[in-house]
Amino acid sequence: MSLAVLTFADDPIFYLAANLAKIVVFTHIVLILSALSVLAERKVSAWMQDRLGPNRVGPGGILQPAADALKFFFKEDIVPGHVDKVLYILAPAIALMPALIVLAVIPYGPPLTVLGETIPMVIADLDIGILFVFAISSLGVYGIVLAGWASNSKYPMLGGVRASAQMISYEVMLGLSVVGIFMSTESLRLTDVITSQVDGTWFMFSQPIAFIIFVIAAFAETNRLPFDLPEAETELVAGYHTEYSSMKFAMFFIGEYTAMFVFSALVAVLFLGGWDIPFMSNADFEALGNWGTLLGFLSFFVKCLAFLFFYIWVRWTIPRFRFDQLMNLGWKVLMPIALVNVVLTGVVLGWLGS
Amino acid sequence: MGKVVERPKLTWYQQLYLPQIVQGLGMTWRQMFKPNITVQYPEERQEFFDDYRGAPGLVKDQEGREKCVSCQLCEFICPPKAIVIVPGEIGDPENENVEKGPDEFYIDMLRCIYCGYCEEVCPEEAIFMTGVYELNGATRAELVHDKQKLYEIGGTRIDSIQKWKGK
Repeated sequence: MSLAVLTFADDPIFYLAANLAKIVVFTHIVLILSALSVLAERKVSAWMQDRLGPNRVGPGGILQPAADALKFFFKEDIVPGHVDKVLYILAPAIALMPALIVLAVIPYGPPLTVLGETIPMVIADLDIGILFVFAISSLGVYGIVLAGWASNSKYPMLGGVRASAQMISYEVMLGLSVVGIFMSTESLRLTDVITSQVDGTWFMFSQPIAFIIFVIAAFAETNRLPFDLPEAETELVAGYHTEYSSMKFAMFFIGEYTAMFVFSALVAVLFLGGWDIPFMSNADFEALGNWGTLLGFLSFFVKCLAFLFFYIWVRWTIPRFRFDQLMNLGWKVLMPIALVNVVLTGVVLGWLGS
Repeated sequence: MGKVVERPKLTWYQQLYLPQIVQGLGMTWRQMFKPNITVQYPEERQEFFDDYRGAPGLVKDQEGREKCVSCQLCEFICPPKAIVIVPGEIGDPENENVEKGPDEFYIDMLRCIYCGYCEEVCPEEAIFMTGVYELNGATRAELVHDKQKLYEIGGTRIDSIQKWKGK
Protein backbone atom coordinates (compact mmCIF):
# COMPACT_ATOMS: atom_id res chain seq x y z
CA MET A 1 0.00 0.00 0.00
CA SER A 2 1.60 3.19 -1.19
CA LEU A 3 -0.84 5.60 0.50
CA ALA A 4 0.22 7.50 3.60
CA VAL A 5 -1.41 5.93 6.64
CA LEU A 6 -3.01 8.07 9.31
CA THR A 7 -0.86 8.33 12.45
CA PHE A 8 -1.29 9.87 15.87
CA ALA A 9 1.02 12.76 14.96
CA ASP A 10 -1.09 13.80 11.94
CA ASP A 11 -4.31 14.47 13.76
CA PRO A 12 -4.56 13.13 17.34
CA ILE A 13 -8.32 13.58 17.79
CA PHE A 14 -9.25 12.05 14.43
CA TYR A 15 -6.80 9.21 15.04
CA LEU A 16 -8.26 8.40 18.45
CA ALA A 17 -11.83 8.68 17.17
CA ALA A 18 -11.08 6.41 14.21
CA ASN A 19 -9.41 3.82 16.43
CA LEU A 20 -12.19 3.89 19.00
CA ALA A 21 -14.75 3.44 16.24
CA LYS A 22 -12.79 0.50 14.85
CA ILE A 23 -12.56 -1.15 18.28
CA VAL A 24 -16.27 -0.73 19.00
CA VAL A 25 -17.41 -1.85 15.54
CA PHE A 26 -15.11 -4.86 15.15
CA THR A 27 -15.53 -6.27 18.66
CA HIS A 28 -19.29 -5.97 18.31
CA ILE A 29 -19.34 -7.62 14.91
CA VAL A 30 -17.25 -10.49 16.24
CA LEU A 31 -19.23 -10.90 19.47
CA ILE A 32 -22.53 -10.89 17.60
CA LEU A 33 -21.13 -13.38 15.11
CA SER A 34 -19.93 -15.65 17.89
CA ALA A 35 -23.36 -15.46 19.53
CA LEU A 36 -24.92 -16.37 16.20
CA SER A 37 -22.44 -19.18 15.69
CA VAL A 38 -23.83 -20.80 18.85
CA LEU A 39 -27.19 -20.78 17.09
CA ALA A 40 -25.54 -21.98 13.87
CA GLU A 41 -23.96 -24.82 15.80
CA ARG A 42 -27.34 -26.01 17.00
CA LYS A 43 -29.03 -25.46 13.64
CA VAL A 44 -26.36 -27.22 11.59
CA SER A 45 -26.17 -30.14 14.01
CA ALA A 46 -29.96 -30.42 13.80
CA TRP A 47 -29.92 -30.48 9.99
CA MET A 48 -27.21 -33.11 9.97
CA GLN A 49 -29.31 -35.25 12.29
CA ASP A 50 -32.56 -34.73 10.32
CA ARG A 51 -33.99 -32.44 12.99
CA LEU A 52 -35.20 -28.82 12.89
CA GLY A 53 -33.16 -27.20 15.64
CA PRO A 54 -34.26 -24.16 17.65
CA ASN A 55 -37.13 -22.40 15.83
CA ARG A 56 -39.31 -20.87 18.52
CA VAL A 57 -37.66 -17.53 19.34
CA GLY A 58 -38.05 -15.10 16.45
CA PRO A 59 -38.30 -16.10 12.79
CA GLY A 60 -36.51 -19.42 12.32
CA GLY A 61 -35.06 -19.16 15.83
CA ILE A 62 -32.80 -16.22 14.95
CA LEU A 63 -33.32 -14.59 18.37
CA GLN A 64 -32.28 -17.73 20.26
CA PRO A 65 -28.90 -16.22 21.28
CA ALA A 66 -30.73 -13.26 22.86
CA ALA A 67 -32.97 -15.64 24.79
CA ASP A 68 -29.93 -17.65 25.89
CA ALA A 69 -28.14 -14.52 27.06
CA LEU A 70 -31.20 -13.40 29.02
CA LYS A 71 -31.41 -16.81 30.63
CA PHE A 72 -27.73 -16.70 31.61
CA PHE A 73 -28.21 -13.29 33.25
CA PHE A 74 -31.10 -14.48 35.38
CA LYS A 75 -29.59 -17.80 36.42
CA GLU A 76 -28.34 -18.15 39.96
CA ASP A 77 -24.60 -17.60 40.09
CA ILE A 78 -23.45 -20.47 42.29
CA VAL A 79 -19.99 -20.35 43.84
CA PRO A 80 -19.48 -23.76 45.44
CA GLY A 81 -18.08 -23.72 48.96
CA HIS A 82 -15.01 -25.78 48.17
CA VAL A 83 -13.46 -23.60 45.46
CA ASP A 84 -10.51 -21.23 45.48
CA LYS A 85 -12.61 -18.06 45.26
CA VAL A 86 -10.15 -15.63 43.66
CA LEU A 87 -9.00 -17.95 40.88
CA TYR A 88 -12.50 -19.32 40.43
CA ILE A 89 -13.86 -15.87 39.64
CA LEU A 90 -10.80 -14.85 37.63
CA ALA A 91 -10.67 -17.91 35.37
CA PRO A 92 -13.64 -17.17 33.04
CA ALA A 93 -12.31 -13.66 32.44
CA ILE A 94 -8.87 -15.05 31.59
CA ALA A 95 -10.45 -17.53 29.21
CA LEU A 96 -12.38 -14.83 27.37
CA MET A 97 -9.89 -11.95 27.25
CA PRO A 98 -7.09 -13.36 25.05
CA ALA A 99 -9.59 -14.19 22.32
CA LEU A 100 -10.84 -10.59 22.38
CA ILE A 101 -7.34 -9.09 22.49
CA VAL A 102 -6.24 -11.03 19.41
CA LEU A 103 -9.00 -9.33 17.44
CA ALA A 104 -6.81 -6.21 17.54
CA VAL A 105 -4.29 -7.46 14.98
CA ILE A 106 -6.60 -9.13 12.48
CA PRO A 107 -6.90 -7.20 9.20
CA TYR A 108 -10.60 -7.09 8.35
CA GLY A 109 -10.30 -5.36 4.98
CA PRO A 110 -8.28 -3.06 2.73
CA PRO A 111 -7.63 0.49 4.07
CA LEU A 112 -10.62 2.82 4.21
CA THR A 113 -10.40 6.47 3.12
CA VAL A 114 -12.34 8.91 5.30
CA LEU A 115 -12.04 12.72 4.91
CA GLY A 116 -8.89 12.31 2.82
CA GLU A 117 -7.17 10.16 5.44
CA THR A 118 -6.28 6.50 4.95
CA ILE A 119 -7.32 4.32 7.85
CA PRO A 120 -6.14 0.71 7.85
CA MET A 121 -8.92 -1.73 8.73
CA VAL A 122 -6.82 -3.22 11.50
CA ILE A 123 -7.09 -1.99 15.07
CA ALA A 124 -3.30 -2.33 15.53
CA ASP A 125 -1.19 -3.17 12.48
CA LEU A 126 1.76 -4.64 14.38
CA ASP A 127 5.08 -5.59 12.77
CA ILE A 128 5.03 -8.81 14.79
CA GLY A 129 1.36 -9.55 14.06
CA ILE A 130 1.47 -13.33 14.05
CA LEU A 131 3.80 -13.54 17.06
CA PHE A 132 1.39 -11.33 18.98
CA VAL A 133 -1.46 -13.68 18.04
CA PHE A 134 0.39 -16.77 19.23
CA ALA A 135 1.65 -15.06 22.39
CA ILE A 136 -1.78 -13.85 23.46
CA SER A 137 -3.96 -16.70 22.27
CA SER A 138 -1.88 -19.26 24.13
CA LEU A 139 -2.70 -17.37 27.35
CA GLY A 140 -6.23 -18.64 26.89
CA VAL A 141 -5.12 -21.99 28.27
CA TYR A 142 -4.57 -20.31 31.66
CA GLY A 143 -8.27 -19.65 31.92
CA ILE A 144 -9.01 -23.32 31.42
CA VAL A 145 -6.23 -24.62 33.65
CA LEU A 146 -7.09 -22.17 36.44
CA ALA A 147 -10.77 -23.05 36.14
CA GLY A 148 -9.87 -26.71 36.50
CA TRP A 149 -7.59 -26.03 39.44
CA ALA A 150 -9.79 -23.52 41.28
CA SER A 151 -12.89 -25.72 41.05
CA ASN A 152 -11.16 -28.11 43.47
CA SER A 153 -13.00 -31.13 42.13
CA LYS A 154 -11.96 -34.16 40.10
CA TYR A 155 -13.50 -33.70 36.67
CA PRO A 156 -12.56 -30.05 36.18
CA MET A 157 -9.05 -30.92 37.36
CA LEU A 158 -8.73 -33.66 34.74
CA GLY A 159 -10.11 -31.31 32.11
CA GLY A 160 -7.61 -28.63 33.06
CA VAL A 161 -4.68 -31.06 32.96
CA ARG A 162 -5.73 -32.34 29.56
CA ALA A 163 -6.16 -28.80 28.27
CA SER A 164 -2.69 -27.75 29.33
CA ALA A 165 -1.00 -30.81 27.78
CA GLN A 166 -3.00 -30.53 24.58
CA MET A 167 -2.65 -26.81 24.05
CA ILE A 168 1.05 -26.70 24.79
CA SER A 169 1.64 -29.56 22.32
CA TYR A 170 -0.41 -28.11 19.50
CA GLU A 171 0.91 -24.59 20.00
CA VAL A 172 4.18 -25.96 18.62
CA MET A 173 2.57 -27.28 15.41
CA LEU A 174 0.63 -24.04 15.04
CA GLY A 175 3.84 -22.04 15.12
CA LEU A 176 5.85 -24.42 12.97
CA SER A 177 3.22 -24.72 10.26
CA VAL A 178 3.21 -21.01 9.47
CA VAL A 179 6.97 -20.61 9.34
CA GLY A 180 6.91 -21.46 5.64
CA ILE A 181 4.50 -18.61 4.95
CA PHE A 182 6.68 -16.04 6.61
CA MET A 183 9.72 -17.38 4.80
CA SER A 184 8.03 -16.53 1.51
CA THR A 185 6.42 -13.23 2.55
CA GLU A 186 9.50 -12.09 4.51
CA SER A 187 7.24 -10.22 6.93
CA LEU A 188 5.35 -11.12 10.11
CA ARG A 189 2.85 -8.31 9.54
CA LEU A 190 -0.55 -9.80 8.73
CA THR A 191 -1.47 -7.08 6.19
CA ASP A 192 1.73 -7.88 4.27
CA VAL A 193 0.77 -11.55 4.26
CA ILE A 194 -2.54 -10.62 2.68
CA THR A 195 -1.19 -8.18 0.09
CA SER A 196 1.34 -10.78 -1.04
CA GLN A 197 -1.53 -13.25 -1.50
CA VAL A 198 -3.72 -10.73 -3.34
CA ASP A 199 -1.10 -10.42 -6.08
CA GLY A 200 0.19 -13.99 -5.83
CA THR A 201 -1.54 -17.26 -5.05
CA TRP A 202 -3.30 -18.11 -1.82
CA PHE A 203 -1.06 -19.97 0.62
CA MET A 204 -3.70 -22.68 0.79
CA PHE A 205 -2.43 -23.75 -2.66
CA SER A 206 1.27 -22.96 -2.39
CA GLN A 207 1.55 -24.33 1.20
CA PRO A 208 -1.02 -27.18 1.32
CA ILE A 209 0.83 -29.17 3.99
CA ALA A 210 1.09 -26.12 6.24
CA PHE A 211 -2.59 -25.47 5.63
CA ILE A 212 -3.66 -28.92 6.78
CA ILE A 213 -1.41 -28.83 9.85
CA PHE A 214 -2.56 -25.35 10.78
CA VAL A 215 -6.22 -26.33 10.49
CA ILE A 216 -5.70 -29.43 12.65
CA ALA A 217 -3.77 -27.43 15.25
CA ALA A 218 -6.44 -24.72 15.18
CA PHE A 219 -9.08 -27.31 16.06
CA ALA A 220 -6.89 -28.52 18.92
CA GLU A 221 -6.19 -24.99 20.16
CA THR A 222 -9.87 -24.09 20.36
CA ASN A 223 -10.75 -27.39 22.09
CA ARG A 224 -13.19 -28.31 19.35
CA LEU A 225 -14.07 -31.83 18.38
CA PRO A 226 -12.20 -34.06 17.48
CA PHE A 227 -9.91 -32.47 20.11
CA ASP A 228 -12.43 -31.53 22.80
CA LEU A 229 -10.75 -33.66 25.47
CA PRO A 230 -10.74 -30.85 28.09
CA GLU A 231 -14.54 -30.82 28.17
CA ALA A 232 -15.32 -34.32 26.88
CA GLU A 233 -18.94 -34.57 28.02
CA THR A 234 -18.99 -38.35 27.88
CA GLU A 235 -15.93 -38.71 30.10
CA LEU A 236 -15.60 -35.63 32.30
CA VAL A 237 -19.20 -34.41 32.86
CA ALA A 238 -18.42 -30.98 31.40
CA GLY A 239 -14.66 -30.86 31.97
CA TYR A 240 -13.12 -27.65 33.22
CA HIS A 241 -16.42 -25.73 33.51
CA THR A 242 -18.33 -28.39 35.46
CA GLU A 243 -18.59 -26.21 38.58
CA TYR A 244 -19.53 -23.03 36.73
CA SER A 245 -22.98 -21.61 36.22
CA SER A 246 -24.73 -18.47 35.03
CA MET A 247 -22.63 -15.73 33.38
CA LYS A 248 -19.33 -17.35 34.40
CA PHE A 249 -20.22 -20.38 32.32
CA ALA A 250 -21.43 -18.07 29.55
CA MET A 251 -18.04 -16.37 29.50
CA PHE A 252 -16.29 -19.70 28.84
CA PHE A 253 -18.82 -20.28 26.13
CA ILE A 254 -18.32 -16.88 24.50
CA GLY A 255 -14.57 -17.34 24.90
CA GLU A 256 -14.71 -20.64 23.02
CA TYR A 257 -16.73 -19.24 20.15
CA THR A 258 -14.72 -16.03 19.93
CA ALA A 259 -11.56 -18.14 19.80
CA MET A 260 -13.19 -20.12 17.01
CA PHE A 261 -13.81 -16.88 15.12
CA VAL A 262 -10.24 -15.73 15.76
CA PHE A 263 -8.81 -18.94 14.32
CA SER A 264 -11.23 -18.80 11.38
CA ALA A 265 -9.99 -15.27 10.74
CA LEU A 266 -6.37 -16.43 11.01
CA VAL A 267 -6.98 -19.23 8.51
CA ALA A 268 -8.62 -16.68 6.22
CA VAL A 269 -5.71 -14.25 6.60
CA LEU A 270 -2.86 -16.75 6.36
CA PHE A 271 -4.19 -19.28 3.86
CA LEU A 272 -7.31 -18.00 2.10
CA GLY A 273 -5.98 -14.61 1.03
CA GLY A 274 -7.70 -12.47 3.69
CA TRP A 275 -9.81 -9.90 1.86
CA ASP A 276 -8.70 -11.16 -1.56
CA ILE A 277 -11.24 -11.96 -4.24
CA PRO A 278 -9.95 -14.25 -7.03
CA PHE A 279 -8.70 -12.39 -10.13
CA MET A 280 -8.40 -9.05 -8.28
CA SER A 281 -5.05 -7.39 -7.64
CA ASN A 282 -4.00 -4.82 -5.03
CA ALA A 283 -4.26 -2.14 -7.72
CA ASP A 284 -7.88 -3.16 -8.40
CA PHE A 285 -8.77 -2.76 -4.72
CA GLU A 286 -7.11 0.66 -4.61
CA ALA A 287 -8.83 1.74 -7.81
CA LEU A 288 -12.23 0.87 -6.38
CA GLY A 289 -11.53 3.05 -3.30
CA ASN A 290 -14.01 2.60 -0.48
CA TRP A 291 -16.08 0.18 -2.55
CA GLY A 292 -12.95 -1.96 -2.69
CA THR A 293 -12.82 -1.81 1.10
CA LEU A 294 -16.42 -2.92 1.35
CA LEU A 295 -15.87 -5.75 -1.13
CA GLY A 296 -12.73 -6.88 0.72
CA PHE A 297 -14.55 -6.65 4.04
CA LEU A 298 -17.39 -8.84 2.76
CA SER A 299 -14.99 -11.31 1.17
CA PHE A 300 -13.07 -11.61 4.44
CA PHE A 301 -16.19 -12.26 6.48
CA VAL A 302 -17.53 -14.76 3.95
CA LYS A 303 -14.27 -16.71 4.34
CA CYS A 304 -14.46 -16.51 8.14
CA LEU A 305 -18.06 -17.68 8.21
CA ALA A 306 -17.28 -20.50 5.78
CA PHE A 307 -14.51 -21.69 8.05
CA LEU A 308 -16.75 -21.33 11.11
CA PHE A 309 -19.19 -23.59 9.30
CA PHE A 310 -16.34 -26.01 8.65
CA TYR A 311 -15.61 -26.03 12.39
CA ILE A 312 -19.21 -26.99 13.11
CA TRP A 313 -19.36 -29.44 10.21
CA VAL A 314 -16.30 -31.31 11.49
CA ARG A 315 -17.65 -31.34 15.05
CA TRP A 316 -20.74 -33.27 13.98
CA THR A 317 -18.76 -35.67 11.79
CA ILE A 318 -15.70 -36.93 13.64
CA PRO A 319 -15.58 -38.65 17.02
CA ARG A 320 -13.18 -37.63 19.78
CA PHE A 321 -9.56 -38.81 19.89
CA ARG A 322 -8.21 -40.84 22.76
CA PHE A 323 -5.57 -38.98 24.73
CA ASP A 324 -2.64 -41.14 23.58
CA GLN A 325 -3.82 -40.84 19.97
CA LEU A 326 -3.89 -37.08 20.42
CA MET A 327 -0.30 -36.99 21.64
CA ASN A 328 0.85 -39.45 18.97
CA LEU A 329 -0.73 -37.38 16.23
CA GLY A 330 0.76 -34.20 17.58
CA TRP A 331 4.33 -35.19 18.32
CA LYS A 332 4.98 -38.17 16.04
CA VAL A 333 3.06 -37.15 12.94
CA LEU A 334 2.35 -33.43 12.68
CA MET A 335 5.61 -32.23 14.24
CA PRO A 336 7.95 -34.04 11.79
CA ILE A 337 5.77 -33.12 8.81
CA ALA A 338 5.78 -29.47 9.87
CA LEU A 339 9.59 -29.52 10.19
CA VAL A 340 10.00 -31.17 6.80
CA ASN A 341 7.67 -28.58 5.35
CA VAL A 342 9.85 -25.76 6.70
CA VAL A 343 12.99 -27.33 5.20
CA LEU A 344 11.22 -27.98 1.87
CA THR A 345 10.00 -24.38 1.69
CA GLY A 346 13.51 -23.17 2.41
CA VAL A 347 14.99 -25.37 -0.34
CA VAL A 348 12.39 -24.34 -2.90
CA LEU A 349 12.72 -20.64 -2.03
CA GLY A 350 16.53 -20.86 -2.21
CA TRP A 351 16.30 -22.66 -5.55
CA LEU A 352 13.87 -20.08 -6.97
CA GLY A 353 15.88 -17.20 -5.53
CA SER A 354 19.24 -18.19 -6.97
CA MET B 1 -12.47 -69.59 24.56
CA GLY B 2 -13.28 -66.25 23.01
CA LYS B 3 -12.85 -65.46 19.39
CA VAL B 4 -9.81 -63.38 18.60
CA VAL B 5 -10.47 -60.69 15.99
CA GLU B 6 -7.36 -59.65 14.10
CA ARG B 7 -6.95 -55.92 13.67
CA PRO B 8 -7.14 -55.25 9.93
CA LYS B 9 -3.86 -54.20 8.38
CA LEU B 10 -4.33 -50.70 7.00
CA THR B 11 -2.99 -49.67 3.62
CA TRP B 12 -0.95 -46.48 3.48
CA TYR B 13 -3.95 -44.71 1.93
CA GLN B 14 -6.11 -45.64 4.92
CA GLN B 15 -3.32 -44.66 7.30
CA LEU B 16 -3.37 -41.15 5.84
CA TYR B 17 -6.69 -40.83 7.70
CA LEU B 18 -7.63 -37.64 5.87
CA PRO B 19 -9.49 -39.33 2.95
CA GLN B 20 -11.71 -41.08 5.50
CA ILE B 21 -12.45 -37.76 7.17
CA VAL B 22 -13.36 -36.24 3.81
CA GLN B 23 -15.67 -39.20 3.20
CA GLY B 24 -17.30 -38.63 6.59
CA LEU B 25 -17.72 -34.93 5.86
CA GLY B 26 -19.43 -35.83 2.60
CA MET B 27 -21.78 -38.08 4.51
CA THR B 28 -22.85 -35.36 6.96
CA TRP B 29 -23.09 -32.84 4.09
CA ARG B 30 -25.57 -35.06 2.23
CA GLN B 31 -27.47 -35.66 5.45
CA MET B 32 -28.00 -31.91 5.84
CA PHE B 33 -30.31 -31.80 2.84
CA LYS B 34 -32.44 -34.76 3.71
CA PRO B 35 -35.96 -34.05 4.96
CA ASN B 36 -36.14 -33.81 8.72
CA ILE B 37 -38.44 -36.02 10.74
CA THR B 38 -39.31 -33.67 13.59
CA VAL B 39 -42.98 -33.55 14.64
CA GLN B 40 -43.77 -30.07 15.94
CA TYR B 41 -45.65 -31.57 18.85
CA PRO B 42 -48.20 -29.12 20.21
CA GLU B 43 -49.15 -28.02 16.68
CA GLU B 44 -48.71 -31.36 14.90
CA ARG B 45 -49.73 -34.73 16.26
CA GLN B 46 -48.34 -38.07 15.39
CA GLU B 47 -50.75 -40.44 13.63
CA PHE B 48 -51.28 -43.69 15.54
CA PHE B 49 -52.52 -47.06 14.32
CA ASP B 50 -56.02 -48.16 15.36
CA ASP B 51 -54.88 -50.62 18.01
CA TYR B 52 -52.77 -48.04 19.85
CA ARG B 53 -53.09 -48.66 23.57
CA GLY B 54 -53.79 -45.24 25.06
CA ALA B 55 -56.10 -44.39 27.93
CA PRO B 56 -59.00 -46.89 28.31
CA GLY B 57 -62.51 -45.50 27.80
CA LEU B 58 -66.07 -46.82 28.01
CA VAL B 59 -68.14 -46.82 24.82
CA LYS B 60 -71.84 -46.46 24.13
CA ASP B 61 -73.57 -48.50 21.45
CA GLN B 62 -75.13 -47.31 18.20
CA GLU B 63 -78.24 -46.09 20.01
CA GLY B 64 -76.32 -44.26 22.71
CA ARG B 65 -76.90 -46.88 25.39
CA GLU B 66 -74.39 -47.99 27.97
CA LYS B 67 -72.79 -51.25 26.88
CA CYS B 68 -71.19 -52.11 30.20
CA VAL B 69 -73.21 -54.61 32.19
CA SER B 70 -71.09 -54.27 35.28
CA CYS B 71 -69.82 -57.87 35.23
CA GLN B 72 -66.59 -56.66 36.85
CA LEU B 73 -64.35 -58.99 34.81
CA CYS B 74 -62.10 -56.03 33.94
CA GLU B 75 -61.87 -55.15 37.61
CA PHE B 76 -60.73 -58.71 38.38
CA ILE B 77 -58.27 -59.03 35.49
CA CYS B 78 -56.69 -55.60 35.93
CA PRO B 79 -53.07 -56.37 36.98
CA PRO B 80 -52.43 -53.13 38.88
CA LYS B 81 -55.97 -53.05 40.30
CA ALA B 82 -56.68 -49.69 38.70
CA ILE B 83 -60.39 -50.32 38.02
CA VAL B 84 -63.13 -50.00 40.63
CA ILE B 85 -66.75 -50.66 39.65
CA VAL B 86 -69.86 -50.08 41.76
CA PRO B 87 -72.57 -52.23 40.12
CA GLY B 88 -76.18 -51.17 40.10
CA GLU B 89 -79.58 -51.78 38.54
CA ILE B 90 -80.44 -49.94 35.41
CA GLY B 91 -84.16 -49.83 36.07
CA ASP B 92 -84.79 -48.19 32.74
CA PRO B 93 -87.99 -49.41 30.98
CA GLU B 94 -86.47 -48.57 27.55
CA ASN B 95 -83.51 -50.86 28.15
CA GLU B 96 -85.34 -53.69 29.93
CA ASN B 97 -83.12 -56.36 28.40
CA VAL B 98 -80.17 -55.03 30.27
CA GLU B 99 -80.57 -55.58 33.93
CA LYS B 100 -77.28 -54.35 35.28
CA GLY B 101 -75.08 -51.34 34.64
CA PRO B 102 -72.33 -49.57 36.52
CA ASP B 103 -73.42 -46.99 39.07
CA GLU B 104 -69.84 -45.83 39.34
CA PHE B 105 -66.82 -46.77 37.23
CA TYR B 106 -63.37 -45.54 38.23
CA ILE B 107 -60.05 -46.10 36.49
CA ASP B 108 -57.04 -44.77 38.34
CA MET B 109 -54.78 -43.59 35.50
CA LEU B 110 -51.85 -43.30 37.91
CA ARG B 111 -52.05 -47.09 38.33
CA CYS B 112 -53.08 -48.13 34.80
CA ILE B 113 -50.28 -49.86 32.91
CA TYR B 114 -52.00 -49.74 29.50
CA CYS B 115 -51.87 -53.55 29.17
CA GLY B 116 -55.24 -53.73 27.43
CA TYR B 117 -56.45 -56.78 29.41
CA CYS B 118 -59.70 -54.97 30.26
CA GLU B 119 -60.45 -54.58 26.55
CA GLU B 120 -59.60 -58.23 25.89
CA VAL B 121 -61.65 -59.63 28.75
CA CYS B 122 -64.80 -57.55 28.27
CA PRO B 123 -67.66 -59.84 27.11
CA GLU B 124 -69.79 -56.85 26.06
CA GLU B 125 -67.12 -55.01 24.03
CA ALA B 126 -67.78 -52.04 26.28
CA ILE B 127 -64.27 -50.93 27.18
CA PHE B 128 -61.60 -50.01 24.64
CA MET B 129 -58.07 -48.69 24.68
CA THR B 130 -58.28 -45.35 22.86
CA GLY B 131 -55.74 -43.11 21.12
CA VAL B 132 -55.78 -40.62 24.00
CA TYR B 133 -52.23 -40.31 25.33
CA GLU B 134 -52.14 -36.88 26.92
CA LEU B 135 -53.11 -37.28 30.55
CA ASN B 136 -52.39 -34.59 33.06
CA GLY B 137 -53.87 -33.11 36.15
CA ALA B 138 -53.03 -30.71 38.94
CA THR B 139 -53.97 -33.24 41.61
CA ARG B 140 -53.89 -37.00 41.93
CA ALA B 141 -57.69 -37.03 42.22
CA GLU B 142 -57.99 -35.52 38.73
CA LEU B 143 -56.29 -38.54 37.23
CA VAL B 144 -58.82 -40.97 38.65
CA HIS B 145 -61.22 -41.08 35.73
CA ASP B 146 -64.88 -41.43 36.71
CA LYS B 147 -67.74 -42.77 34.61
CA GLN B 148 -68.48 -39.45 32.92
CA LYS B 149 -64.86 -38.92 31.93
CA LEU B 150 -64.56 -42.49 30.67
CA TYR B 151 -67.58 -42.09 28.38
CA GLU B 152 -66.11 -38.79 27.21
CA ILE B 153 -62.92 -40.60 26.20
CA GLY B 154 -64.71 -43.63 24.69
CA GLY B 155 -67.60 -41.89 22.98
CA THR B 156 -70.03 -43.82 20.83
CA ARG B 157 -68.61 -46.73 18.91
CA ILE B 158 -70.45 -48.03 15.89
CA ASP B 159 -68.99 -51.32 14.65
CA SER B 160 -70.20 -54.80 13.66
CA ILE B 161 -70.74 -55.93 17.24
CA GLN B 162 -74.30 -54.81 17.96
CA LYS B 163 -75.57 -57.26 20.56
CA TRP B 164 -78.74 -55.36 21.56
CA LYS B 165 -79.70 -54.25 18.07
CA GLY B 166 -83.48 -54.25 17.68
CA LYS B 167 -84.12 -55.54 21.15
